[in-house]
Amino acid sequence: MNIIVCIKQVPGTTQVEIDPETGVLKRDGVESKMNPYDLYALETALRIKESYGAEVTVITMGPPQAREVIREAFMMGVDRGFLLSDRRFGGADVLATSYTLAQGIKAAGTFDLIICGKQTTDGDTAQVGAELAEFLDIPHVTCVCKLGSITEKSITADLDLPLHTGTAEIAFPCLITVEKGIFEPRLPSYKRKLATRDREITVLTLDDMSDKNPKHYGLNGSPTQVKRIFPPENHNDRQVWEGNDEELTKKLFEYLESGKFLQQLR
Amino acid sequence: MAAPYKTFTAEDLVQLRNICGVERVIAREDIGEDYCHDELSGTYRCPDVLVKAMSTAEVSAVMKYASTNNIPVTPRGSGTGLVGGAVAVFGGILLDLSGMNHFLELDEENMTLTLEPGVLLMEVSKFVEERGLFYPPDPGEKTATIGGNINTNAGGMRAVKYGVTRDYIRALEVVLPNGEILTLGGQVAKNSSGYSLKDLIAGSEGTLGIVTKATLRLLPLPKYKISLLVPFPDLPAAIKAVPQVIRASAVPTAVEFMEREVILAAEQFLARKFPDNSADAYLLLTFDGTGKLEVEKAWEEAADICLKCGAMDVFISATQERNEAIWSARGAFLEAIKGSTTEMDECDVVVPRRNVAEFVMYSHDLQKKHEIRIRSFGHAGDGNLHIYILRDELDEKSWKSKLAAVFDDLYHKAAELGGKVSGEHGIGFAKRPYLAESLSEAEKMIMCGIKHTFDPQNILNPGKVISL
Repeated sequence: MNIIVCIKQVPGTTQVEIDPETGVLKRDGVESKMNPYDLYALETALRIKESYGAEVTVITMGPPQAREVIREAFMMGVDRGFLLSDRRFGGADVLATSYTLAQGIKAAGTFDLIICGKQTTDGDTAQVGAELAEFLDIPHVTCVCKLGSITEKSITADLDLPLHTGTAEIAFPCLITVEKGIFEPRLPSYKRKLATRDREITVLTLDDMSDKNPKHYGLNGSPTQVKRIFPPENHNDRQVWEGNDEELTKKLFEYLESGKFLQQLR
Repeated sequence: MAAPYKTFTAEDLVQLRNICGVERVIAREDIGEDYCHDELSGTYRCPDVLVKAMSTAEVSAVMKYASTNNIPVTPRGSGTGLVGGAVAVFGGILLDLSGMNHFLELDEENMTLTLEPGVLLMEVSKFVEERGLFYPPDPGEKTATIGGNINTNAGGMRAVKYGVTRDYIRALEVVLPNGEILTLGGQVAKNSSGYSLKDLIAGSEGTLGIVTKATLRLLPLPKYKISLLVPFPDLPAAIKAVPQVIRASAVPTAVEFMEREVILAAEQFLARKFPDNSADAYLLLTFDGTGKLEVEKAWEEAADICLKCGAMDVFISATQERNEAIWSARGAFLEAIKGSTTEMDECDVVVPRRNVAEFVMYSHDLQKKHEIRIRSFGHAGDGNLHIYILRDELDEKSWKSKLAAVFDDLYHKAAELGGKVSGEHGIGFAKRPYLAESLSEAEKMIMCGIKHTFDPQNILNPGKVISL
């Protein structure tokens, strides 16, 4: 089986600056790391590889330094890495990103299963997985929280939906996005780091894509216009209640119920 | 326990309420059960009165009253101790300092922080780190007060590189048992002016004076941090690598060891899987520094040494979410072990670094000898071990006798290897016999003399550390 995992390099902290004029994140000089959700996608792929046998490929779009996350993926046990890097890919919104990834995946070879993290911690849209599947014209499910059986033809998975859990069987080739916590991600191995030091990372540019029209990529290919980016307000409401155990328990229950925090338990 | 103290009366209650007000002086019948014990030791006694002091002046006035009336006083912070140090074993006044919890001054030029003793350790680190500064001592119990940390000379995981609490105390304000207020040390980096009383107060477990203000030394916050989780086929192999790692060019910030059984208990306790389960024993190393390349060079050198010493691999954790997976487990060890049994007691010995494996293997063997479950983890880098003896289903009598027998063996073995009774938790009430046994007559006399000089009436935290 061939598995492709889409990964992304994101800022290492939430304390990032935003360019006030362009509304774009200032990435220069900021520590970066692998998108935490992608660790679960990678772990899922590596578990399938260990149980059923598979070749795992990672693909990422970004500047040259995004190689770092591919190296980290190698250190976790990934076999091949592709970097989609071209100035003309820059400034892409969700749609242009998904399109570029779809073109890159087609250029990278055949696949049975694509796994994405549920979302990224910088963009937080959780749309790339689904849009990528549409561009590739393959079925997909999102929010996978548990894997079921895997046959030659399909994969069965549990989906963590807002009000219930669903189970779906999806025919290959297909795409899934996985939830945080599906498996505990393994740590990068120093032994693998030594072993994969010289492993090649294939860089793909616009010239390697089947659609070479630059208007479909980057800022040009992005219908979204970002007016302003700002960090969410940090709510830190505190209430102190007094009373005996029974009163406090009742009050807490009522509070949780009125805030709809208990919805899922019902 | 019979004691040569005045019986606490209704008049005493009135007088103390005149000092601190009615609301902060709580009569015996209204004192919560939590104030009668600490986190672990089994030491239990309800104080006659609980006084929640809010200022140095109040502490001083309470001490004056107590010394005039010969009433014992036990100072207390969060009550997270493990050896009964903050339990009022003679009754009397339990003086709760946790309400004195203000930051007083951050001196960025001298890199010091002055604060009250009731500030919690986790608040200290948050406060200084938000300002790009660093308070290195890092004991596991983050809800302990800084006053408690000073009084036990708490250590923690970063001791390998940075030392312990005492190394970060610049000055202390101390209320003596007679109510007199002293300022010890100062805003100076060097000091050769007579006996270092501030260093004596640190680690004195509230038996010499009450710390009401402290000035702590800070460092610049290291920008880069990385943890290495290193699996080994067995514990001796893991421990054998430690001296070589520490001797390499860059000293690690922390060197912890952990064994599979304890990790499994933590997994169960947290309902979360540990990132690796391939090995019986692990070392957890951390490195920090201001430059990325410097830290990278340091950990790669250590990783190479570990592989040469028989490590199965070296796993790298450099991001917050990766670190959380490891350190949440490490942080839960004590609670996890506690949750796996009915009752437990601990031994916090420190032995020379080269003897850590021998000591831990010895504690393993005691499980068979005494037919009792024993678990351990600890600071392989500084030789400070935390060994827990678990009661499980034993009845009271066999638990007590087995516990005493195991402790005897453990402390004898530690002494034989040149170790000490407590690495960082202190002596308190519970470990006094073992301290007494480990000290020479001359040391005991000097310690008793010091106590007598500070506290001739023996009213301040009596029954702790040494027996007069």
